[in-house]
Amino acid sequence: MNGGLARPDSPFALVEKQRGAMRLAALSRQAAELGLACGMALADARGIVPDLATLPHDAEADTMLVEKMAQQCIAYTPSVMPDPPNGILLDITGCDHLHGGEDSMREKIAVLFRQRGFTLSMGAADTPDAARALSRLGGDDICALPLEALDTDETTRTALRRAGFRSIGDLVGLPPAPLATRFGSQLVRLLDRLIGRKDPHIVPHLPPQDIRAELCFAEPIGRHGDVLDAIEWLATQAAGQLTEAGQGGRAFLASLYRSDGYIARLRIETGAPTRDPALLMRLFNERIDSLSDPLDPGFGYDSVTLDVSHAEALEVKQHSLAPEQGDNGDIGPLLDRLAVRYGPAAILRFAAGNSHIPERAGFLAKARNEKGEYTGSMHETSEPPLRPLFLLDPPQQVEVLAAIPDGPPRRFRWRGEQHLVRLYEGPERIAPEWWRRRLGHEQPGFSRDYYRVEDENGRRFWLVRHGLYGRETDQPRWYVHGLFA
Amino acid sequence: MFRDSSFPARLDASGVAAAPFAGQPLARMRLGVTEADDTWLEGGLVAHGLHEFYMAGAKETAALNGFVLLLAALRQHQHGREIIWAREVKATKQNGHPYGPGLAELGIDTDRMTLLALPDAKAVLRAALDATRDAAVSAVLIELGGKQPLLDLTATRRFALAAAENDTMALLSRGTAKPSPSAAHTRWQVAAAPSRALEAHAPGVPAFALELLRQRGGRDGLRLIMEWDRDTASFRIRSDVAGTPPLSRPHPAVVIGGAGGERRSRAA
Repeated sequence: MNGGLARPDSPFALVEKQRGAMRLAALSRQAAELGLACGMALADARGIVPDLATLPHDAEADTMLVEKMAQQCIAYTPSVMPDPPNGILLDITGCDHLHGGEDSMREKIAVLFRQRGFTLSMGAADTPDAARALSRLGGDDICALPLEALDTDETTRTALRRAGFRSIGDLVGLPPAPLATRFGSQLVRLLDRLIGRKDPHIVPHLPPQDIRAELCFAEPIGRHGDVLDAIEWLATQAAGQLTEAGQGGRAFLASLYRSDGYIARLRIETGAPTRDPALLMRLFNERIDSLSDPLDPGFGYDSVTLDVSHAEALEVKQHSLAPEQGDNGDIGPLLDRLAVRYGPAAILRFAAGNSHIPERAGFLAKARNEKGEYTGSMHETSEPPLRPLFLLDPPQQVEVLAAIPDGPPRRFRWRGEQHLVRLYEGPERIAPEWWRRRLGHEQPGFSRDYYRVEDENGRRFWLVRHGLYGRETDQPRWYVHGLFA
Repeated sequence: MFRDSSFPARLDASGVAAAPFAGQPLARMRLGVTEADDTWLEGGLVAHGLHEFYMAGAKETAALNGFVLLLAALRQHQHGREIIWAREVKATKQNGHPYGPGLAELGIDTDRMTLLALPDAKAVLRAALDATRDAAVSAVLIELGGKQPLLDLTATRRFALAAAENDTMALLSRGTAKPSPSAAHTRWQVAAAPSRALEAHAPGVPAFALELLRQRGGRDGLRLIMEWDRDTASFRIRSDVAGTPPLSRPHPAVVIGGAGGERRSRAA
């Protein structure tokens, strides 16, 4: 199939800079009829059609458009492959009867593309290469096609022409071995694929799902309750398949096919493999609640599918006969629900880093499975904590009065209030990690002197002097970096 | 939307009527300080209840949340499940974020604790309520300072019921907010207390000055200073007998407000 942008009113072209000149990259039908061709220099084209409207060519947007239309075509067959720059390959084997036969299906696809403003040319054949050639060159007999139907380079085609071949039909009857000797084995391979002597494998756009449950309705359904019931039924079906496979799903995708072609997709993920329909339904409810625009059933959904897009091994558990003591401390389902509702970034765990710089030694991490031991903990028995309960990020600057520039703080001013230092301990000197810096030890950054201080009201702070007085800087700055309990 | 799930939904009839443990002795969590547990609290804090904590003055955030967190840790020692700490994202900007190594140094198992950084107060309340209703959670710390119109009597009642039904402890850390009517079992005011100095004038173990502002069905007015002992994972009352007295003025161990005893000069 060939889709190109067409505007009905005036000749129109997309231009692109090629080989140092602006050249036409795509044309509207009117422009083509006026004698323009792709690859022509824009100056020449303007000579033929002075009022040619042009816009810059955006190959990436074209690719995305083709991808998007390929998604739409999944309504006709599960095996869809975008064929850039402007084609889509559909493997309709075994799918055409669902749409009333091949002709009716062609008509439906043509309507789909026409409604979206595409000019479409289609070809159907036994192999993808043949279908592609037919759609690009027209006609319905592969043997009658010119040599351009072969997806080979121009040199080979010229060589074939010089040998007197004019069409594919001329090549079909020839023994392959002499052809390969003279024109290369690539040509024989392409010819085989074109005329169906070999059936090449299509890489499908959507990988087939191992576990999938599907429900089609005679009449579209629109009530929310019905939709949820349908998903629940599918979840039960999928749970059955998962149990048979000894697996549990980690990611599920429910697709609601609306009768006008729109597909609403609800994706949920769980922290541990599961196949519990009740749990899945809670997560789907959360997902639906957290949608920014609520599900609009329109004229109703005519089918619903549930894919298990990621599954892991999950053994069947034997339930004990004795009543269990609640669900024993598995926090996973709760965190899954919260992650679905507020996003995974809201669920934080304490992670440990391999560093002695405080903000790298311990931080909050999104990943639920990340855990860490705080190594090198310096506490001994009956010592107070040496690390604060809260870490300020970034540290807040304070004005400090110290007896000597590299001595302990005497009093400091933080957030507009004076604090008199009653007790202090320090400094605990933490050297910069020069190996992380671009200039290495030549410019290692400032050392930090940390003091654990307590003011006259019993509030405990973690003060830091940034830079060693006299050696690294003449005016070290002070910050509050943490607050102790 | 499929269903209305906004936070302050109406309490259902069964919820209002529920007093599931009426007549039964309530499970208690001992603080480890005899004066508080036996004399005032009839055996400790109600383990599956709601407790409120207020800050005595500005800049006491670390003391307040530290104390509440240690209560949650005590509860976890007793009960053995997870701790959930729900707070607003903006709290990080004001007061910093909880620091894992610091928590570990207080003796808290950070692997069994999850922090929820949520967009607004409504999300905090909703998530915390879900956590309170979850059987895998032993304590929920809800950090919500300032005026919170959503946190009214109905909302606190909902927390108290959820805690009672699911054997969870809900701890509401209210910062500098003004106390408002609530269904909490106890209401405390927390401030940092000067610690007992170690050698060479180093700050000592964390100390908290507490005042019991209100107790449902019990006496209030208890004032005491407690220290956290990480090695035994328990509180102990501050006794200034051992070691050098660090303060310029004497600090009695327990001062009972209004009993004619010496009141602490600092407004707690």
